[in-house]
Amino acid sequence: MTIPPLSSEARPGLAPGVRLTFDKARDRWVVLAPERVLVPDETALEILQRCDGAKQVDAIIDELATAYSADRSEIEHDVKDLLASLIEKRIVTA
Amino acid sequence: MNEATNPSPPLAALLELTHRCPLQCPYCSNPLELERAKGELSTAEWLRVLDEAAELGILQVHFSGGEPAVRRDLPDLVAHARKIGLYSNLITSGVTLDQPKVARLKEAGLDHVQLSIQDVDHQTAAFIANYPGVQGKKLAFARMVKEAGLPLTINAVINRHNITRVERMIDLAVALGAGRVEMAHAQYYGWAIKNRAALMPTLEQVHEASRHVDSARERLRGQIVIDYVLPDYYARQPKACMGGWGRQFLNITPSGEVLPCHAAQTIPGLVFESVRHKPLGEIWASSPAFERFRGTDWMPDLCRTCDQREVDWGGCRCQALAVVGDAAATDPACALSPKNAALRALADDAASQPPPDFVYRRMTPHDSKAALVTTTS
Repeated sequence: MTIPPLSSEARPGLAPGVRLTFDKARDRWVVLAPERVLVPDETALEILQRCDGAKQVDAIIDELATAYSADRSEIEHDVKDLLASLIEKRIVTA
Repeated sequence: MNEATNPSPPLAALLELTHRCPLQCPYCSNPLELERAKGELSTAEWLRVLDEAAELGILQVHFSGGEPAVRRDLPDLVAHARKIGLYSNLITSGVTLDQPKVARLKEAGLDHVQLSIQDVDHQTAAFIANYPGVQGKKLAFARMVKEAGLPLTINAVINRHNITRVERMIDLAVALGAGRVEMAHAQYYGWAIKNRAALMPTLEQVHEASRHVDSARERLRGQIVIDYVLPDYYARQPKACMGGWGRQFLNITPSGEVLPCHAAQTIPGLVFESVRHKPLGEIWASSPAFERFRGTDWMPDLCRTCDQREVDWGGCRCQALAVVGDAAATDPACALSPKNAALRALADDAASQPPPDFVYRRMTPHDSKAALVTTTS
């Protein structure tokens, strides 16, 4: 099965059974999923924190491009790449 | 570096609430000497253990057994786990839960359900679990889980009786709406080692199953996550058992003993401490059983000088004991172990014979005799 490309209008959210939470003992954010604990890097965390099931991919890209004063097309590439891989791993749904 | 003096906190705990279970699977991970109900930790004790686990830095708890749902306080334990921020997973056979109970667990804040299946074939499933009609109950339970809106993993233990249907088991998981499926070759400790000849597939069957898993992964990309656990007896490289002894994981038995892995009690000379007598954090940091194989200092030269020592952490201690007779030996699943060929021969030998009858998982003969006395008096 091929995965359809992520649309700019999609509204990504955390998949069922997945929680983004702050790990006090280790002073870092973690993604808790079935039989998995993932530690997002700074960029992944910024993206995951915006995956609320309401915000569109486009809006997430806009926000990050502003926050980092970065080139929008570069951010778009990073965001879509990461979301596609998280969707395949069923950490995110869209 | 030796981690023994200051271990980082564990990520997850397997909480065996009880050894009671309606099924009798011959590959059960519980010890041969099953613990009785009267020795189980009370609700108050488990609640305290959950607090200590969260405080220690544990992020995920797996409520397991036996069948954890035979404990009536399961929803209270789940609710408490949720309240203190622990991610909770229910590892269940599914046969004792009805729709209201599933709804109660969902309300309590359960994060995830892992349902075991024995096969897709109803008759073989009943034969493996020694429980007539088991498959129908499991399928009904899976539907209740999905209706309650809970995420579902299906897991199956691969053995010679179901190995030709691995791909169909994966397809069943998809049909049941599971987001994840775990296909694990039997691991030979406890009950499974007693049933090794009755469970062992041939190498050819293993290769065939692996090909089916690969093609299912390709076919079902994005639809379901497939975790596949390879069989040690045909391996050339050991697994990082438990992610390394005393590194990420602990196991608590029904009576409160804290173990580095569920089979650790098979290793003679290890002394386990109980949450009844000591805080969990203290046991994790300094219990001699955890320190015994933590880090790399305990390793035989072959392992201590190997560049994989912090990848596989020396593999499985219980397997070294079971096959080599020494828990501190190199895991025989490693191609560099002098016993690797012997391990393989054990598997080939077992798989080439017709399967003997199962020794089903039951309470000890002593216990069944006691029950017989009660029922006939």
